[in-house]
Amino acid sequence: MTTERERRFVGPRRGQLLFALGFLLISVILLAQIGEQTRWVNGTQLAAQPRFWPAVGLIMMVVMGGLHLWRLPWRRVSRDDRAETWRWAQALEFAGWFMAYVLLVPILGYLPMTLIFVPALAWRMGYRSRAILAISLAFAFAVVVLFKSVLSVRIPGGLVYDYLPGAVRSFFILNF
Amino acid sequence: MELLAESLSILARWDVVLALLVGSVGGVLIGAIPGVGPAVAIAILLPATFSMDPIVGLTVLLGIYGSSMYGGAIPAILINTPGTAVNALTTYDGYPMTARGEPRRALSLAYSASFFGGVFSVICLILFAPVLARIAPLFGSREIFLAALLGIVLVVVAHRGQTLIAGALAGLGIFIQTIGLEPVKYSQRYTFEQPFLSGGIDLIVVVLGLFALSQAFILLTSVDETVRTTRLRGGLFQGLRELARHPRVAGVSASFGVVMGMIPGVGEFTAQFMSYTYAQRSSKRPEDFGHGSSEGLIAAETANNAVPAAAMVPLLALGIPGEALTAMMLSVFYVHNVVPGPGLFQNDMDFIVALYLALLILNVLVLAFLLIATRPLVQVVKIPNRFLGVCILTLSFVGVYSLRNSATDCLIAAGFGIFGYVLKRLSLPIVPIILGMVLGGIMEVKLRAGMARVREPFDFIDRPVAFILFCLILLVLGLHARRVWSEARDLKGAEEQLRHRPGRFGGLMARRMGALEKARLKTVRARHARRAK
Repeated sequence: MTTERERRFVGPRRGQLLFALGFLLISVILLAQIGEQTRWVNGTQLAAQPRFWPAVGLIMMVVMGGLHLWRLPWRRVSRDDRAETWRWAQALEFAGWFMAYVLLVPILGYLPMTLIFVPALAWRMGYRSRAILAISLAFAFAVVVLFKSVLSVRIPGGLVYDYLPGAVRSFFILNF
Repeated sequence: MELLAESLSILARWDVVLALLVGSVGGVLIGAIPGVGPAVAIAILLPATFSMDPIVGLTVLLGIYGSSMYGGAIPAILINTPGTAVNALTTYDGYPMTARGEPRRALSLAYSASFFGGVFSVICLILFAPVLARIAPLFGSREIFLAALLGIVLVVVAHRGQTLIAGALAGLGIFIQTIGLEPVKYSQRYTFEQPFLSGGIDLIVVVLGLFALSQAFILLTSVDETVRTTRLRGGLFQGLRELARHPRVAGVSASFGVVMGMIPGVGEFTAQFMSYTYAQRSSKRPEDFGHGSSEGLIAAETANNAVPAAAMVPLLALGIPGEALTAMMLSVFYVHNVVPGPGLFQNDMDFIVALYLALLILNVLVLAFLLIATRPLVQVVKIPNRFLGVCILTLSFVGVYSLRNSATDCLIAAGFGIFGYVLKRLSLPIVPIILGMVLGGIMEVKLRAGMARVREPFDFIDRPVAFILFCLILLVLGLHARRVWSEARDLKGAEEQLRHRPGRFGGLMARRMGALEKARLKTVRARHARRAK
């Protein structure tokens, strides 16, 4: 039966205990490193010590994170917690897609890579209709034109552009 | 008059006018798509605005911030899904109106109330600007430190029921901003001898990870929902007439929005709930609230649209952002070497008035756009969730990579994206991390400067403004402690009651009685049916 404390808890139950434990563990490890990772300068005021503000942040993390864990209404890891961890791991796949895109843009160029990335990810998400794939291509093209050509956002040209003939090469490096 | 003319000359440039149009229309579109929201859009656009003139860049961002709530009302009213988080209260009365066949009236009321809230707050701030210009110079290092501390305290205590984890996450924000080369003694802090950490972790990388990438992950791992929109017929002007019949609700709600917007960390939610509660208590028909009350809709929409302009006050006057969106805007100021704070009010008053006027014009543009374009705009709510995730992930690349062309930044952003995804899945707050980062940096510098002239601890609060701020911090902490104590007592009472409630036997008896009653009714209905034949 759900207790009153569980009922009043803000947010879902799943994953809370694992998150609180993980957060506290990392905070404690970081706080334990404070002697090695920061300096204490003799003859300097406390407020001007390089160690002062990291200590403030980490002490807040340890104390309040610890109290949060202590106040959690659940003490055991349940099946829901394990399912939630699996859900967190699912996000890693898309982080992987993002990093692949990031690493390939400097090689293949912003326009070609975006024209590949958007429809490919849309395909991966289960969109198979021609309309959606056409919209994906149009969106990819519009993004590149808007940011690189119109707003002149700093994204270097791809290595493959070097193989293009003179004037086309400059045009591509500048706009796409 | 001279000041007004100078401000108007700043605005009368083609690029500023274009920024106003793009910001207002873009903001409405972003607000109308559930799952995007102004924070994601601003995070993505932030690096692109760095190459613009400060007034142009800020107008675009302010446009998105100010007009997204107008757009957010559309899905809240038509499909019971708030476009932005702050439109959640709009669903209470907006959707029931749609359900009973009055979507046009609900939308029209929402637009009119939003317009009133937005214009009211800008007019208040234009009138209030000279006062701010006089007060702002009274803020030295100690006062700014205490104001930033008050901001952190307010942000933490505002997360009711999550105060401890909000405090821990604010601590995480403070810690993150300390990573890298320390500015005075030039020593490394928490770099673990990794060169990429020496320069510190950029606020925008964290913002993009926590807001944009995490939202993309949320959408990509969700399922597409089938959305059915309601057909709109007729004009959209009747709301203005109906708003005029409730001047008290509109006026009080807009005032709540202005006051709450100025207090760091409080923002739209508190303003809305206070206005809604006030409107319900003072209404002649409180029973209508939550079932399609026009007063309820006016209270919610007026209050949330009065906040954006007011939220600029602590940012412009003290350089202290009150929430995540103004924290992002602060970085635009810094990039252009425009330092918000007391000096800005003394030296660049025309710039500040120009910003306020831009907000005023923006509200007019948005209302005009919505009155014309609502019907086609309704279609944007049909964009599938996961496709939206694909779009946000693609756009996030521009935001992060264009900063320094660094794949490491993207990796850090992806890390924060996963962390933000976990926080969102667990309904834990993200804003304290951002404010911890921004306010932590301000506090570090100001405390160091303030302490240089302090011999005894009490010297720190010997000036009137510092003393008032110190008392306010104590007051907020005292009130919070009292609330925690009363909630703990209430919880204990509720648990005690639960313990002494009739046990399972009572429940089983009640269920059995219910089943018997249902069976009896079924028999009676069958008998009646037989007789009717």
